[in-house]
Amino acid sequence: MRDLAHIRLSTFYLLPLTFYLLISCQPTPDDGPKNTPKAGSSDASQTTTTLHYFTWSDYVGPELIAAFEKAAGVKVVVDTFSSNEELLAKLQSGAIGYDVVVPSDFMVSIMIKQGLLAELDLTKIPNVSMLAEQLRRLPFDPEHRYSVPYLWGTVGIGYDSAVIPTPPDSWAVLWEPRYKGKISMLNDQREVFGAALRVMGQSLNAKDPMLIEQAKAKLVSQKPLVKTYTSDNYDQLLASGEVVLAHGWGGPVARAMAVRPSIKYVIPKEGSTIWADCLVVLKTSRNKDLAMRFINYLLDREVAARTTNRLLFASSNREAKALVDEKVRANPAVYPPDSALNRLEWIADVGEAIRLYDRAWTELKMR
Amino acid sequence: MRGRRAWLLSASLADLVFLYAPIAVLMLFSFNASRLSATWQGFTFQWYRLLIEDVALLAAVQNSLLVGVISTIIATVLGVSAAVSLERVPFRGQRVVEGALLLPLVIPEVMMGVALMLFFVLIKLPLSLVTVTIGHAAFNLPIVAVIVRARLHKLDPRLEEAARDLGATPWQAFRRVTLPLLMPAVLGGALMAFTISLDDFIVTFFTAGPGSTTLPLKVYSMVKSGVSPVINALSAILVLVSMALIGLSLALQREREGQK
Repeated sequence: MRDLAHIRLSTFYLLPLTFYLLISCQPTPDDGPKNTPKAGSSDASQTTTTLHYFTWSDYVGPELIAAFEKAAGVKVVVDTFSSNEELLAKLQSGAIGYDVVVPSDFMVSIMIKQGLLAELDLTKIPNVSMLAEQLRRLPFDPEHRYSVPYLWGTVGIGYDSAVIPTPPDSWAVLWEPRYKGKISMLNDQREVFGAALRVMGQSLNAKDPMLIEQAKAKLVSQKPLVKTYTSDNYDQLLASGEVVLAHGWGGPVARAMAVRPSIKYVIPKEGSTIWADCLVVLKTSRNKDLAMRFINYLLDREVAARTTNRLLFASSNREAKALVDEKVRANPAVYPPDSALNRLEWIADVGEAIRLYDRAWTELKMR
Repeated sequence: MRGRRAWLLSASLADLVFLYAPIAVLMLFSFNASRLSATWQGFTFQWYRLLIEDVALLAAVQNSLLVGVISTIIATVLGVSAAVSLERVPFRGQRVVEGALLLPLVIPEVMMGVALMLFFVLIKLPLSLVTVTIGHAAFNLPIVAVIVRARLHKLDPRLEEAARDLGATPWQAFRRVTLPLLMPAVLGGALMAFTISLDDFIVTFFTAGPGSTTLPLKVYSMVKSGVSPVINALSAILVLVSMALIGLSLALQREREGQK
């Protein structure tokens, strides 16, 4: 018993020591050398540079990261966030050390305004020349000074063709009483109002209070039909047949198709949203050259094609499309048909009108 | 009499179902062959296989364990010291210190998270695994202190006095007499702290920086980008590990009661 007590006590003494050792082994974000060696020529330097990539969960295949680490002789640490708002909050609160992050289009413009982003040197990202036509000039960053689109897609309607035999072509199908309780809408105020505004024949970036009010009335009339407002699990709801109409992004609808082949996707004739998640380098990054090299790597056509195959989101590299699996390439939920491209619209900053949306959205949800 | 017993029995049974049915369903569906959690399509281990192949997830596990171990060590050392000084060395203003020590147990965790984050930003300590660890140690300290102090309170102070009478220095008396007797409570408190650290989301969320995605943060971001049964598998393991640790912690604390 006494011996046992001794063993326990010696462990007790060791605790602070272990603690010290563990802490000292722990790499801190600022342990990178101040003068980062030129990306690619880093083989000569003794210390391994670490690149911090902050992205959506599951956005990058581990084998692709490993390949880049090997090629560039660096270490890549991946952290994940779950929403654009979370990303912004994290960066605003003073988290430093991230190099490359992946905000969505509207968040890029907010981050530019807040001065969070570093200017890109496009000569270090030659793959920018491969961008698909519709991504060349983005309204929020036309010259790609701060951002390069990475993955893109559309918002549309996923529907079960076994239940809805005549393919719907209008947002109006989401207002049809016979599908009561079998409809899911995104849990996203601008997208939901966008659908209502589009069915009214308006732009989804409307700022007129009257129009927003009318859209709200329209959504209020739809609410009894809606099973749920969700942005996360409508792929499951569709695939399990709990809903037969889902307002949503193409990727998850494409995932549902893999389980239930009768699921189809349509971009309504009134038009819809085009979105892109973009690659940006933070102003606080200490490895900007390496960050741009990493961005160029992610945009490489083969890397991009593999990402598209896995995530079912279209890559911004137009040449990657040819390398994507036949079935994925032909899927309108992943690659919208060319005929649909001219009726797509980017979600824009509506300025002060965002408060009207906020209020209308809250009123809709509280009802 | 018998009717009353039956009623009590069924009530406790209902309690258990209420508490554990969702967890049981979660575990069951971690063996579901279908990618959808809604329909059962046969038994499989494939989600567990995918789980151990997921590099990003394993990195998160590693972070969680590192934070858990180190923050537990800090919280235990500080917590035991706090408990001993409060119980054995009366001083002025003790009441205030006692209250202040327990405060982290009752203030909303969100506030604690925000406060810690602002503090770290203020002192220009970059958010990283180090800040997460400090944060965890901060909320775990009172937990260890409370558990150890409860044990200390029941401990006969005369044992220590006897040791002093026989010529032990205060430190020797503490090391050779008090601490060994306290050990079950210390280990129990440490295990409790470790479990809470492993499960913590909110404080971690606010104090995490580059390279410090812990398991709960990772799980949360996974849910957002498409629910997969891998999450069920992971959660099932997490629940079992947590329950085992809590069970061990309680057993250690009870063993001490038994000895007495």
